[in-house]
Amino acid sequence: MLNISLAAEKIGSIFGFPITNSLLATWFVMAVLIVFSLAATRKISLVPSGIQSFAELIVGGLHDFFASVAGQYVDKFFPLIATLFLFIITANWMGLLPGFSTIGFYHGSEFTPLLRGATSDLNTTIALALIAVIGIQFFGFSIVGPHYGKKFLNFKDPISFFLGILELVSEVSRIISFAFRLFGNIFAGEVLLAVIAFLMPFLVPLPFLTLELFVGFIQALVFSMLTAVFANVAVSHE
Amino acid sequence: MDQASIKLIMTGLTVAVGGFMPALAIGLLTSKALEAIGRNPEAAGDIRTSMILGVAFAEAIAIYALVAGLIIKFV
Repeated sequence: MLNISLAAEKIGSIFGFPITNSLLATWFVMAVLIVFSLAATRKISLVPSGIQSFAELIVGGLHDFFASVAGQYVDKFFPLIATLFLFIITANWMGLLPGFSTIGFYHGSEFTPLLRGATSDLNTTIALALIAVIGIQFFGFSIVGPHYGKKFLNFKDPISFFLGILELVSEVSRIISFAFRLFGNIFAGEVLLAVIAFLMPFLVPLPFLTLELFVGFIQALVFSMLTAVFANVAVSHE
Repeated sequence: MDQASIKLIMTGLTVAVGGFMPALAIGLLTSKALEAIGRNPEAAGDIRTSMILGVAFAEAIAIYALVAGLIIKFV
C-alpha cells in the first residue's frame, strides 16, 4: 500500500533528540561528500590524475559557470555556493537510489521507511534556505560594511523607511521561496515515483527516474545560482 | 457536502488552477528568450542563464500551489 507522508518519520532518538529517516540520509550524503573530498586530496599533485582530476573538473566547471553569474566577488561567494550546489545535488540524486523509502520496518500495519531523500524533508530545505539567506546578509555586511544595514533601516524620510521595510520582507520571503521550491520539487518527485511504481513497477518508472535526475540537477543549479545572484545584488547596493 | 469530499475536490482544484499562470509565464519567458537568441546568437549563453533563472521563479509559484494541495490532502 502507498505510504506517503508529508513529514519525515522518526526512527529513533538520541538523548531525547528525535532522529528522522531524512536525518539519517543527510548523514549519508555528508559521508559521501567527505569521503570523496578526502580521496581526491589524498596525494595532491600539480598535475592531477584519477579522482583528483575528476574533482578538479567539477570544481573548475562550477567556478567558471558561477564567474559569469556572481560578478566580481565570485571568489568570496564560491565556497558557500559550490557547497550548496554539491550538497543539494548529492542529496537529490541519492534519494533516487533503490532502498530509499522502500526498505523499512512495520509497526503493526504502519510502514516506516528507514531512509528518505534528504531534501524531501521541509526541515532540511528550510535549514539550507536559512544558511543561504543569512550567508547573503553576512557577505553584504563584510563587503559593503555597516552601511549595508541602511538598505533595510533607512530613517531619511518616510518613503525610504517604507522601502527598507519592503526590502526586509522581501528577504524573509526569499527564505520561504528557496525552502518551498526545493522541497516541493523533490517531494512531488518522490510522490510521483511512488505512485508510478505502485501502478506499474516494470520499465515504466524509467522515464520518470530520468525526469527526477534532471529535476534534481536543475533544482541544485537554481538554488545555488539564485544565491549567487542575490549575493551579487546585495553587495552592489551602494 | 462533508469535509472529506471537499478536501478531495479542493486538492485537485488547487493544483489545476495554480498551474495556469505559471505555465503561461514559462511559455512567454521561453518564447521571448528564443526570440532574443534568434536576434543575437552570440549572447545565447547569457540569455539561456537568465531564462533558467526566470523559469525557476515562475515554477516556484506552481510548486507553492502543489505544496498547498499536498497539505490539504495529507494534513
